[in-house]
Amino acid sequence: MSDDESIRSTGFRHIANDVLPMVVLAAMIAALWAVFLYVPSEADQGVVQRIFYFHLPPAIGTFVMIFLVAIASAVYLWRGGVFWDRLAQASAEVGLLFCSIVLTVGPIWAKPIWGTWWTWDARLTTTLILWMIYVAYLVVRAWAPSREQGARYAAILGIVGAIDVPIVQRSVYWWRTIHPAVLVTREGGHGLQDPRMQFTLILCFIAFFLLGAWLLWVRLESGRVHDEAEALRMRLADAR
Amino acid sequence: MLAILLKDYLIELRTKETLAALLTLGVLTLLVLSFAFDPTSELRPLAAPGTLWAAVVFSGVLAVNRSFLAERDNACLQGLLLCPIDRGTIYLAKAAANFLFMLAAQVVLLPLFMVFFNLTPSGALFRVCLVLVLGILGFAAAGTLFAAMSVRTRAREVMLPLLLLPIVMPVLIGGVVASGAVLAGKGLGEVQQWMQLLVVYDVVLLVVGWLAFEYAVEE
Repeated sequence: MSDDESIRSTGFRHIANDVLPMVVLAAMIAALWAVFLYVPSEADQGVVQRIFYFHLPPAIGTFVMIFLVAIASAVYLWRGGVFWDRLAQASAEVGLLFCSIVLTVGPIWAKPIWGTWWTWDARLTTTLILWMIYVAYLVVRAWAPSREQGARYAAILGIVGAIDVPIVQRSVYWWRTIHPAVLVTREGGHGLQDPRMQFTLILCFIAFFLLGAWLLWVRLESGRVHDEAEALRMRLADAR
Repeated sequence: MLAILLKDYLIELRTKETLAALLTLGVLTLLVLSFAFDPTSELRPLAAPGTLWAAVVFSGVLAVNRSFLAERDNACLQGLLLCPIDRGTIYLAKAAANFLFMLAAQVVLLPLFMVFFNLTPSGALFRVCLVLVLGILGFAAAGTLFAAMSVRTRAREVMLPLLLLPIVMPVLIGGVVASGAVLAGKGLGEVQQWMQLLVVYDVVLLVVGWLAFEYAVEE
């Protein structure tokens, strides 16, 4: 419990629980407005390109999340402290959500633009592997013989997984440059000349960052409440 | 460490179960994938490295799983852990055992592979062996760590591939590309970056496994 006292000050929790969701909602509405009404369509790709604004921020987000998982896992293994375990789990769940968004939105964009749902280029393949790592992380937690062992196994996987991600990216990149793809991978984020497009992208980044932060908070809180309930249940059982 | 290695070797010598599993699944995978690709097509050689490595991966998962199944079933792992040796050493011994078993299976699988794909033994064969050694080392390193974990979860047969395969992807990619290039007649110099990738990743996996193993087997 002592880990949580640092965040127990009423001010912070009030902001996190009550104000933040409103801010997230406002940011998302603003982002939707920008994407659908404000920003002009791109010259080459037309209307479909607008998906990109909701594709890139979660993509960055999911890669940030796996490193957060790794850091929290490392601290958990090294120093203990259930907060770090909760943080790792919350990050993994948010990361999985973002990764799923990326893998769903991406092909929707790719089909009209590239003519294919999927290519095996470095970024797509790495994102797919990352998705598998997230799923494995959550499954090993659920199927471990006990909560503590699940946390430990998941922590190991989190660390190894995060190390794996850049290596997979590198190796797939090398792999694909041997067989030059018919389709040239589009560099996301570059080539946005129009300041309105840049503004929209930044707005979407902010919206997804806030969304991620809020979901992380909600999951952390739910984990804490769950643990407290478990502790109470154990004490009740002992008291009988 | 040698004692543990010797123990595994002796068990294997008597039961031959791990080798049997390795060979069975390896041969079956080679067969199935040979049927999967049109034998008359001239593109068939392109499927060769992938087929070899698919056989390595699928048989390897089984082997590495077995290496901890026996420990678990007879509470041997507790016995091992009670010994006053560094947990990391246990890991290295198990990983070495798995590595050697998988390599031993290749003695049968590689010739079979050459037969199925009409490859003639040559200098390329030696280079393929080198790639195999590096790849199998990485696979055994990661596999031993994750098998120790997965053998204690529910649905342990499913858990191991789920944990292992994303992590072992770079080894698979490196192995397939390097084997393919070498079988096509290229020298080792041309696949240098892949060999370097394999070596580096093997070291990373071994070090991480050595460090993390004690967390994986803690009760």
